[in-house]
Amino acid sequence: MAGSPVQVTGTVLTTRRVDAYHALTVVAPGIADRFRPGHFVTVAVGGRDSSMLTRRAFTIHDVKPDYGGTVELVFGVRGAGTAWLADLRARDTLDMVGPLGRPFPLPRDPCTCVLVGDEHGAAPLFALGDALQQRGCRIDFVLGAPSADRVFGALRARRMGETTTLTTEDGSLGMRGKVTDVLPGVIADARADAVYACGPMDTLRGVTAVAVELGIPVQVAVEESMACGIGVCMTCVVPVIGDDGVTRMVRACTEGPVFRGERVRFDDVGTIPFDALGAPGGRHV
Amino acid sequence: MTADLRTYLAHVELPNPVLTASGCGGTGRELAQFSDVHRLGAFVTRSITMAPRAGRPTPRMAETPSGLLNAVGLQGPGVEAFLERELPWLAERGARTVVSIGGGTVTEYTALARRLAGVDGITAVEINLSCPNVEDRGRVFARDGAAAAEVVASVRAATPYEVPVIAKLSPDVADVVAVARACVDGGADALAMINTPVGMSIDVDTMRPSLAAGTGGLSGPAVRPLAVRCVWQVHAALPGVPIIGMGGVSTGRDALELVLAGACAVAVGTALFHDPYACPRVLRELEELLQERGFDRLADAVGLAHRPAGAQPRKRTDLEESSL
Ligand SMILES: Cc1cc2nc3c(=O)[nH]c(=O)nc-3n(C[C@H](O)[C@H](O)[C@H](O)COP(=O)(O)OP(=O)(O)OC[C@H]3O[C@@H](n4cnc5c(N)ncnc54)[C@H](O)[C@@H]3O)c2cc1C
Ligand SMILES: Cc1cc2nc3c(=O)[nH]c(=O)nc-3n(C[C@H](O)[C@H](O)[C@H](O)COP(=O)(O)O)c2cc1C
Ligand code: FES
Repeated sequence: MAGSPVQVTGTVLTTRRVDAYHALTVVAPGIADRFRPGHFVTVAVGGRDSSMLTRRAFTIHDVKPDYGGTVELVFGVRGAGTAWLADLRARDTLDMVGPLGRPFPLPRDPCTCVLVGDEHGAAPLFALGDALQQRGCRIDFVLGAPSADRVFGALRARRMGETTTLTTEDGSLGMRGKVTDVLPGVIADARADAVYACGPMDTLRGVTAVAVELGIPVQVAVEESMACGIGVCMTCVVPVIGDDGVTRMVRACTEGPVFRGERVRFDDVGTIPFDALGAPGGRHV
Repeated sequence: MTADLRTYLAHVELPNPVLTASGCGGTGRELAQFSDVHRLGAFVTRSITMAPRAGRPTPRMAETPSGLLNAVGLQGPGVEAFLERELPWLAERGARTVVSIGGGTVTEYTALARRLAGVDGITAVEINLSCPNVEDRGRVFARDGAAAAEVVASVRAATPYEVPVIAKLSPDVADVVAVARACVDGGADALAMINTPVGMSIDVDTMRPSLAAGTGGLSGPAVRPLAVRCVWQVHAALPGVPIIGMGGVSTGRDALELVLAGACAVAVGTALFHDPYACPRVLRELEELLQERGFDRLADAVGLAHRPAGAQPRKRTDLEESSL
């Protein structure tokens, strides 16, 4: 759990372009203090009297102690909300709620971890990498995207990771293909003990399949469409198998976004599995 | 001088008129991270069903201009888990809890009312009549005065007399006043309106409906004029019946609009997704607006827009001081 999130009116400190992405640093003290890798924030978009009612969710890329605490987000423009965010300038204000969600659990003892980021999914991996290294872990990165300009954080990964493997679907950077194509080799070479992954559902499904095949634990951060981010609207659900073996439709924003990969029924995302608790005509435990 | 914001649902007094809308405040715990649930006029639960329900597949929501389409499908843990895990927590926090119930048959609504009867910590029962009637080819109860009245009458009969029963109406009807009247004749102590009208959006990139369920309920400021119209019409026809107004309330001004149309309480739904502090903020703003307009009591503003053109705002005699 996130502890208790706060709502702050943050002030934009800096904006910058990073290849295909925009990075936004916002002064948001209460949020930076409570941050753990994997947390996300939601922001209100469109200003006062906005016609956009749902909040937009973004992983926290980084926090710094400057000005009482800053939060950095990295995003690509997708629709009207992210286009509005991309137009923000220094000193503009931003309504932000966070930190939200279940962060990445960290291993108790030093071990070797592969961190997989597909597109903007790479954003939370550097703070995670720092935390893992502080615990004496070895980290290896696998970052991918459709094209070179959408691979996020390659330089930083090269500085931090024992190894860094890049993939692009068009072959413009690193290996041609997807992160899942190179993952088995990276895990084998590093003799990895665990995998952390963040990216689109399809990628997470593939990463989980690889980790399960090789018998190592995998933590995934899912991205499901969200309206509130705080657990009240029930729109962000994914089918997840609980400790009791029962599948439930659970909220990605509060029970997640980080789940054990093998617990998420990726093939059934976008459906209500017939054996889920409360499924139509299904089990009523 | 602060205005007297107390309001009444039948004989039950609420300290203030701002409630959460059913299905928009989670279990209460999520909002409690931001503000105390006992400071709400009342916390209205999502619609509780007899058995656990997994709800609809995702995508369950689509944003539309100043609106939100949702097809959550009453996901919830069922009444037993609700009574075990959710209601006691709300009671512990001192929240006044309105339990919303949903069912597919009159029998199911009645069974729910019986299960809730005598349970401590229930301030009122709200009947979500926008559920498909499985015995009438899925036509929602709220569209048919007779079916709605039948549900209301059987829930009223199964509920202890001191617990008010609220019928929640849909704007998707030819004559909302007729359904309202049928519910009141069936025994409803108060009415809530509006539930979400059914809407749809199509993603022109994928060229498919945006929601997995195809259609969904429209909420948010986009539906506020519908809510104002329904509250206005029902208050004009049934001025003595307490109305909980809702639909697109996100500021004190929006709340006051529904109050002037005839609502004695106001529920905040979709605005909570945008602003988790929406309820206390709407209350504060409403209080300021009432004071600016010289009202000592919320009750004096209820339905005030109905007064004949040119008439002065009425001042009611305070019953406590009168010799009656
Ligand atoms: C936990 C989490 C972390 C995220 N982190 C990042 C990040 O670090 N960088 C980044 O670029 N993007 C991130 N996203 C995706 C980001 O939220 C969407 O790109 C954004 O909401 C799109 O808004 P829009 O108005 O531009 O697009 P539109 O398509 O116009 O949005 C319409 C609606 O759909 C919702 N929506 C659309 N796509 C998504 C999506 N993929 N996930 C959730 N809601 C969506 C929006 O909230 C909005 O309600 C994250 C999503 C989640 C759930
Ligand atoms: C996500 C969501 C879930 C809802 N669930 C319920 C429900 O379970 N029962 C119910 O009676 N109304 C439900 N409603 C309707 C609201 O209670 C309310 O009537 C409607 O949304 C209009 O108010 P608003 O514009 O403030 O949201 C739901 C609305 C939304 C947006
Ligand atoms: S986004 Fe609203 S419950 Fe998860």
